[in-house]
Amino acid sequence: MATATRFPVPDTERHIDVVQPSLPRAVTLGVIAFALAAGVGAYLVLDNWFALGAGVFLGYLIPIYVLSRTRESKRRATDRFWAVVMTAAFAVAITPLVSLIVTVVSEGWARFDIEFFTSDMRGVVGEGGGALHAIVGTLMITLLATLISVPVGILCGIYLVEYGKGHLARWVTFLVDVMTGIPSIVAGLFAFALFAFLIGPGYKSGFSGAIALTVLMIPTVVRATEEMLKLVPNELREASYALGVQKWRTITKVVVPTALAGIVTGVVLAVARVIGETAPLLLTAGFTSTVNWNPFEGRMTALPVFSYYSYVTPGFPPEPGFERAWTAALVLIIIVLGLNLIARIVAVRFSPKKA
Amino acid sequence: MAKQIDVDRLSIYYGKFLAVEDVSMTIEPRAVTALIGPSGCGKSTFLRTLNRMHEVIPGAYADGVVEIDGINIYGDGVDPVGVRRNVGMVFQRPNPFPTMSVRDNVIAGQRLNGAKMSKSETEDVVEQSLRGANLWEEVKDRLDNPGSGLSGGQQQRLCIARAIAIQPEVVLMDEPCSALDPISTLAIEDLIEELKSEYTIVIVTHNMQQAARVSDKTGFFNIEGTGKPGKLIEYDETQTMFSNPSNKETEDYISGRFG
Repeated sequence: MATATRFPVPDTERHIDVVQPSLPRAVTLGVIAFALAAGVGAYLVLDNWFALGAGVFLGYLIPIYVLSRTRESKRRATDRFWAVVMTAAFAVAITPLVSLIVTVVSEGWARFDIEFFTSDMRGVVGEGGGALHAIVGTLMITLLATLISVPVGILCGIYLVEYGKGHLARWVTFLVDVMTGIPSIVAGLFAFALFAFLIGPGYKSGFSGAIALTVLMIPTVVRATEEMLKLVPNELREASYALGVQKWRTITKVVVPTALAGIVTGVVLAVARVIGETAPLLLTAGFTSTVNWNPFEGRMTALPVFSYYSYVTPGFPPEPGFERAWTAALVLIIIVLGLNLIARIVAVRFSPKKA
Repeated sequence: MAKQIDVDRLSIYYGKFLAVEDVSMTIEPRAVTALIGPSGCGKSTFLRTLNRMHEVIPGAYADGVVEIDGINIYGDGVDPVGVRRNVGMVFQRPNPFPTMSVRDNVIAGQRLNGAKMSKSETEDVVEQSLRGANLWEEVKDRLDNPGSGLSGGQQQRLCIARAIAIQPEVVLMDEPCSALDPISTLAIEDLIEELKSEYTIVIVTHNMQQAARVSDKTGFFNIEGTGKPGKLIEYDETQTMFSNPSNKETEDYISGRFG
C-alpha cells in the first residue's frame, strides 16, 4: 500500500482482465439436452409432472454451475446460477395462470354458442339454456357500481392530494386504507344490512349488489387517483397559478388531464377486480333464472353467481349444468380481458404526448 | 402598461423560519432589474413574493408591503389570482403543459381561465405572442405538435410566450437561462432586451455577466450563514454596481473573492 495521501490513488499493480474464458455454445446446448433427459427420466421413474419440472431445473442448474465455476469465473457462475433460479421462478408463477386459461377455454368452449348469449334459464333443467340474464346482471350491477364509486373515489383522491391537510386528511387516508382490506363478504353484509334497515329484511336487487361492490371499489379508485395525482409535477401547478388561473381550474384543466391515463387505468382495474365477486352478490342481488332489466326491483343474477349455482345445482342430467358453469367463467374472463384492453388503449390515447 | 413596484420592509417566512429579512426597494417600470447573490440567499423567494407565488408552498407567508402602482398586493381583499394575472412568471426549468400542443400552450392563460376566443382571435394572440418570444419562425409549421417536443431553449421561449400572451404588466424570471445552452441563452437575453420596452422585468440570475449584460439595475442579496435570513445588501444602477460598488461584500462577490 502507498503511504497515506489525501485521497485514494490509482492502483497501478492491478491489471484489468478484459477477456474472460467463456463456455462454448456446444457445451451449453449439451447441458440443456442433459437437463431435458434428466427431466424425462425423473418423470418416468416417479410418474408425476412435478418430477419433470424439478428434473429439468436441477439437471440444468447443477452442471452449468459446476462447469461455469471450473471453466469460467466465480462471478459468471453466480450470474448463471441466479439467472436459472429467476427463470424457474417465472415459470412457476406463470404455470397456474396458463393452466387456468387453458382449462377454462377447453371446458367452456362446448357451450360458447349463440344460445348461451341469447337465452336465460327459465324452465331449463337439462340441455340448452343460456346466461343472458347473468350477463345483463353483471354488466348492470358493475355499471351502477362504477357510476357511484368513480365520482366519489376521484373527488376523494383530489381532496386528499390537492386540498386535504391536517387531521381530517389523515383520517380519510386511514379509513381508505382500512376499506382496502375489507373482505368482500363484509361489504356484502353491509349492503344487505343497509337495505334491510332502509327498505325491509329480505330485500334483494341489483342496486343493493352495486352498493356492495361500491364499498369494494371506492378505496381502489381513491388510491389510484391519489398516486397518479401525486406524480403530476408541482411545476405544472405553479405554471398554471403563475398565469393567474384559479386552483379549481388548475386541477380540472391541468392536473387531472395530465394524470388522466393513470386514473382511467386504475378505474378499469378496480372494475376488473369487483366484476368477479360472488359472495357479496349472493347476499345482496340474489339469484334468479330470468332476465331482469330493472336493477331497483327483483333479484338479479351475476355471472360468478350463475357459474357457482350451475356447478352446485346442475340439474338433471348434470353435465349441461357443468358446461354452462365453465362457459360463464370463460365469458367473465373475456369481459375482464376486454376491460384491460380498453384501459391500455385509453392510457395510450390520453397520456401526455411526446413528439 | 408597465408598472413600478415599491417594496417596503418585506420579510418572508417559511413557517417559523425567516428566509428573507427587511427588504425595501423600488423596481423601475420598463426596465430590467437583476437580482444576484449566492445560492440560498433568498433571491428566488423574494421574486416569488412579487406575484404571491410564494404562498403556494404550505406554511409560507410574507410580512410587509409590496405596492404595484400604489396598490398593496398583500393588502386586505386582494385576490392572489388577480395579482398573478398582472405579474407573469417564467421558471428556472421550462414547464410547458405536456397535454397541450404548442398553440394551446401559448393561449393556456386564456383557455384555463375559461375565456371564449374566436378562431381568428386565437391565431392573432398565438402569432403575436410567439413573435414576441422570437419563436414564431421556428414553430409556425408545427403549432399542433406537443409543446413538450420542442428543444429546451424553445420550450423556455414557449413559456415566455405563454406568460406574455395574457399581457401582464410585470414579468418575473427565475434563472430563466440556467438550464439552457449559450445559444438559447443569447436568444433569451436578446428577447429580454426587446421586451423591456413594454414590460417591467425582474430577473434572478447566477450569471453575473448576464446581469451586467441585460439589466439596468441590480440588487445584491447575501446571507451571513446557514440558517440566517437573506438580506438585500446593495441595490443600484447595474453600471455602478459592477464598476464601483459601495459595499465591500458586493465587491467581493462580483470580483469572485466570495467565501
